[in-house]
Amino acid sequence: MADYLFLFRGGNVAEVRQSPEKWQAQMEKWMQWMGALTEQGKFGGAQPLKPEGKTIKGTAKTVTDGPFMEDKEMVGGYLICKGVNYEEAVEISKGCPILAYDNGIVEIREIEEIQ
Amino acid sequence: MSQAFDITKLTDHLFRHEAGKMVAVLTKIFGTENLQLSEDTVQDTFITAIRVWSLKGIPDNPSAWLFRAAKNKAIDVLRKNKFSQLIDFSDPERTLLQSEYTLTAAIEKLWQEEEIQDDVLRMMYACCHPELSEERQVTLMLKTLCGFSTSEIARAFVTSEDTVSKRLYRTREFFRTRKIKPAFPQAAQLEAGTDAVLKTIYLLFNEGYNSTHAEKLIRKDLIAQAMYLCGLLCDSPRTQLPAVFAAMALMCFHAARINSRIDINGDIVLLSHQDRSKWDTALINTGNDYMNKAAFGNDISSYHIEAAIACEHCIAPSFEQTNWQHILAYYDMLVAISPSPVLLLNRLTVIFKVYGSEKTLLEIQASPFKKEWEKNYLYHSLMGDIYAGNNAMWARTAYETAAGLTKSEAEKKLLLKKTTGL
Repeated sequence: MADYLFLFRGGNVAEVRQSPEKWQAQMEKWMQWMGALTEQGKFGGAQPLKPEGKTIKGTAKTVTDGPFMEDKEMVGGYLICKGVNYEEAVEISKGCPILAYDNGIVEIREIEEIQ
Repeated sequence: MSQAFDITKLTDHLFRHEAGKMVAVLTKIFGTENLQLSEDTVQDTFITAIRVWSLKGIPDNPSAWLFRAAKNKAIDVLRKNKFSQLIDFSDPERTLLQSEYTLTAAIEKLWQEEEIQDDVLRMMYACCHPELSEERQVTLMLKTLCGFSTSEIARAFVTSEDTVSKRLYRTREFFRTRKIKPAFPQAAQLEAGTDAVLKTIYLLFNEGYNSTHAEKLIRKDLIAQAMYLCGLLCDSPRTQLPAVFAAMALMCFHAARINSRIDINGDIVLLSHQDRSKWDTALINTGNDYMNKAAFGNDISSYHIEAAIACEHCIAPSFEQTNWQHILAYYDMLVAISPSPVLLLNRLTVIFKVYGSEKTLLEIQASPFKKEWEKNYLYHSLMGDIYAGNNAMWARTAYETAAGLTKSEAEKKLLLKKTTGL
């Protein structure tokens, strides 16, 4: 059993943020997906991220604004789940509501245990 | 000014009833280990309510307003403690409360209007955990489910606030370390579990009904709360056991007579001298309805029989016309269930009514409990009654012994009044 980090990119974040009703409906879908994961004991936590941020780069520690919501591949949230292998993690990810959109992306990374 | 007055009048009543519901739901959200947090959140909600309502007026649906406010406060608490160890998010019921994706939806799921009644009942069973002493059970019920403040509980039990606080603290610690989860007992334990709850509720009721020390207002409050809690058991299909209805009937029959039991000076009025026109016939009828509902199943609980006795008193047109024979038969049934010395002593007073002094004295001679009874003021009071007709001096001694044994001022007064009538 390993922990997998899901990074959510794209999807309809910009559109959904326009209306509370759409936001509510969207959250309902996330609730169903994560609720099922919880029941299976595979849910490890998740948080959405605000659509603005700062980037700090290099030895000069240069600070720039962004990423921005317009950025199609901005990370919009993360989730940690438990799975036996990548195969299972991929299966889990297929239920993610973000994949109801063609531009929705789930990136899966196994969390490494440093020995 | 009148606005402020209205608010306190409304809130006193409303807060009492809504506090228990909110604590029950919040406990589901925060966990039993955070009982204090649930209580504080409810308290905080009430403070906000008073502040907002006195400025903006009372909302159309005050309960809904309170629930919404408490729900929002709960969300704040969860957000603040998202990454702390305070709340156990590893519990599958609570996991989704940790994620912003699911927090509000998960709260809505836990906070369902039609579930609240059950939440309160589950909490009631938790309060009556068999490893908690009776006084802790009662204290916790008053605090969490009846919205009593520590000082009100202290006043009701004539003890210090400090004692009550300590008692509550230890009980919360018990819940925290043992991770007790409010739940309905398993089907096989439902009866035993409910018996424990009824016992505590009836204790609460008696504290209000019998205690002559506490203030009148607190007493009525205790009676009302006991009947409210028992009413919840009566209303839920899960807990509608014969004993539940019987206990409710019993409390109705007792409560119906409360107004004639104590006079304006706070003195006890004997059953024989009570003004029966002051008895609450509507409540007696309600008691009868519950009595009919209690008549199913194979078990006759002591509540059934005690209710039958109380009912006999309620339907007797006068003290003289009381059917003491019936009452004695009921006492014999009670004795068959649990032959305690106190019960047998009460039965003696009925024997005295039915058969007179000679037979009563014979029963006393034959009883193995005579020594036990001599420690009880009721025994000496009965002896006084037995001798009152023929030996004034013995009667006086008996009444005076009784007066020396009772802790109740009202009882003492009554007994001494009897000596002057000799």
